[in-house]
Amino acid sequence: MAAAESYPEELRYHEEHDWARIEGDEALLGITWFAADSLGELVHFEPPEAGSSVTKDQSYGEVESVKAVSDVIAPLSGEVLEVNRQVVDAPETVNEEPYGNGWLVRIRLTDPGEADALLDAGAYRQLLASQ
Amino acid sequence: MKLIYEKSQAGRRASAVPRHDELPRPEVPEELRRSELPRLPEVPEFELVRHFTELSTRNFGVDTGFYPLGSCTMKYNPRINERLAALPGFARLHPLQEEDGAQGALELMWRLQEILAEVTGLDAVSLQPAAGSQGELTGLLLVRAYFAARGEAEQRRKVVIPDTAHGTNPASVTMAGYELTPVRTDARGNIDVDDLRGKVDEHTAALMLTNPSTLGLFDENIEEIERIFNGAGALMYYDGANLNAVCGISRPGDMGFDIVHINLHKTFSQPHGGGGPGGGPVAVRGILEPFLPVPAIVRREEGGFGLDFDRPQTIGKVRGFAGPFGVFVRSYAYIRMWGPRLREMSEAAVLNANYVLARLKGAYDLPFDRLCTHEFVLSAKTLKREHGCTALDVAKRLMDYGFHPPTIYFPLIVPEALMVEPTETEAKETLDAFCDAMLAIAREAAEEPELLKEAPHHRPVRRLDEVRAVKRPVVKYGFGEHPVTKGEAKAVVTEAPQGV
Repeated sequence: MAAAESYPEELRYHEEHDWARIEGDEALLGITWFAADSLGELVHFEPPEAGSSVTKDQSYGEVESVKAVSDVIAPLSGEVLEVNRQVVDAPETVNEEPYGNGWLVRIRLTDPGEADALLDAGAYRQLLASQ
Repeated sequence: MKLIYEKSQAGRRASAVPRHDELPRPEVPEELRRSELPRLPEVPEFELVRHFTELSTRNFGVDTGFYPLGSCTMKYNPRINERLAALPGFARLHPLQEEDGAQGALELMWRLQEILAEVTGLDAVSLQPAAGSQGELTGLLLVRAYFAARGEAEQRRKVVIPDTAHGTNPASVTMAGYELTPVRTDARGNIDVDDLRGKVDEHTAALMLTNPSTLGLFDENIEEIERIFNGAGALMYYDGANLNAVCGISRPGDMGFDIVHINLHKTFSQPHGGGGPGGGPVAVRGILEPFLPVPAIVRREEGGFGLDFDRPQTIGKVRGFAGPFGVFVRSYAYIRMWGPRLREMSEAAVLNANYVLARLKGAYDLPFDRLCTHEFVLSAKTLKREHGCTALDVAKRLMDYGFHPPTIYFPLIVPEALMVEPTETEAKETLDAFCDAMLAIAREAAEEPELLKEAPHHRPVRRLDEVRAVKRPVVKYGFGEHPVTKGEAKAVVTEAPQGV
């Protein structure tokens, strides 16, 4: 079952429809409900390797649906600590729980200050309304 | 409909051979004999013929109905093409035939090259690439060879591509070993020239542009774009996917492009619905001719035509022999059928598309409100927001009305995209019937959205589970373990409603 539309207040958002859940010097990254809904049910997630580095505003992986293949943009820079194997095995988890079990990677932040440039939930909702 | 395996009955045969009790047994060594018989379907000949004839009636093609699949240029393939391609002198020619026994074929290829050079406004042509995507890769290898010869191979690493491009463009860039520089589209559907200016410099090898774009819009700033790339010493590559819009009207060479690939199977008609055969010739400016694939088809000074392998700077061969020859015959026939009126082909394609657009633009969103070229992109954004009906639902419902759906969800920059390309071959009555169906579907979305969401209702199969088909494809018969298919409509195919 696909989730209902939501943008949790505690997350930070990137304009390319990605979110970050920041906890200390680590963060979970994923794609927003809007991104998952636009793509439709995901059939594949091509993850980065654990230990590799991701750079803010650049692609760190790919998600694929029946409609399209799309780059996943990193909202923050860091080193990949863990890839969510549940999403690799069952990509539809992202559609079901985009902010819960549908997270994609856990990273250690290399520049926590970058988070200041991200949007809060209200600003992200405004961005969606303007598109 | 049952699979051929499900119709199988042990012992049935499609043909009977005379009894051979008197003949000696063949001496096949024990280790070469099968221990079990192959598991093949066993049906009599008439059952076999009926099975495949029935399957063929489930097919939908240009020969059975309107097929406005945007970007694919599904124009009608005239039967004369097939008659000419089947002439024994063409069809039975061996690719290794001596030149003097293949003069007619060589002349046809040489003449086709001359025509393509004229249509694109360029100097030299290689017919070898087998499809548009291979034409793209060939073109980029020519770019690389050109800059390598100038000692700029290391310096120029980037290829610029707009965000409306076909997916093959970035794929070709990567395969050719280049780095991708994406550029945005502006509010009128042109390349965002301000974004472009900051991205083109001495590290840029080339631009790859489809013009008119996949939005069906001719780039209004093409002269400014040419100045930017020319000023940076970079080359310009024209993706000829949409050449059907401009033949005899404008020429890529005159717009400043140095390399063009032509999709023969689109612009110049082929029976291309089944994924082939394709043809992707490449036309180039004179400075790039030395690098073209070998063999080149040449007219010899002493008379006659031949294959020239003596091109020391060539990038080599990109395909076996001289290219997909049957495709050349059909496209040559199509072009000669239009003759000096080739321009009318493109004019009719553009007129048809604008007629359909004018009738539909009130009922669907039009992201870029301009005159279109040979195709246009609508959006079902409002239908989705107000009635929950997506572009996919519209496409599925169109099948109930007896039409092949347009391309959907491409280009990616348009949400809920519906990309319609009627081509020049369709009559006004057909276009009107299609428009009537599209308008009826927009009304149904408001009044009875379930009709769309559960469509198609009147086809041999209902809505397919595309996700399951991707994740767990069944591509062979599983005998005892074969999954039972669900959701198939009753075997009776009801008549599709006509346009209202």
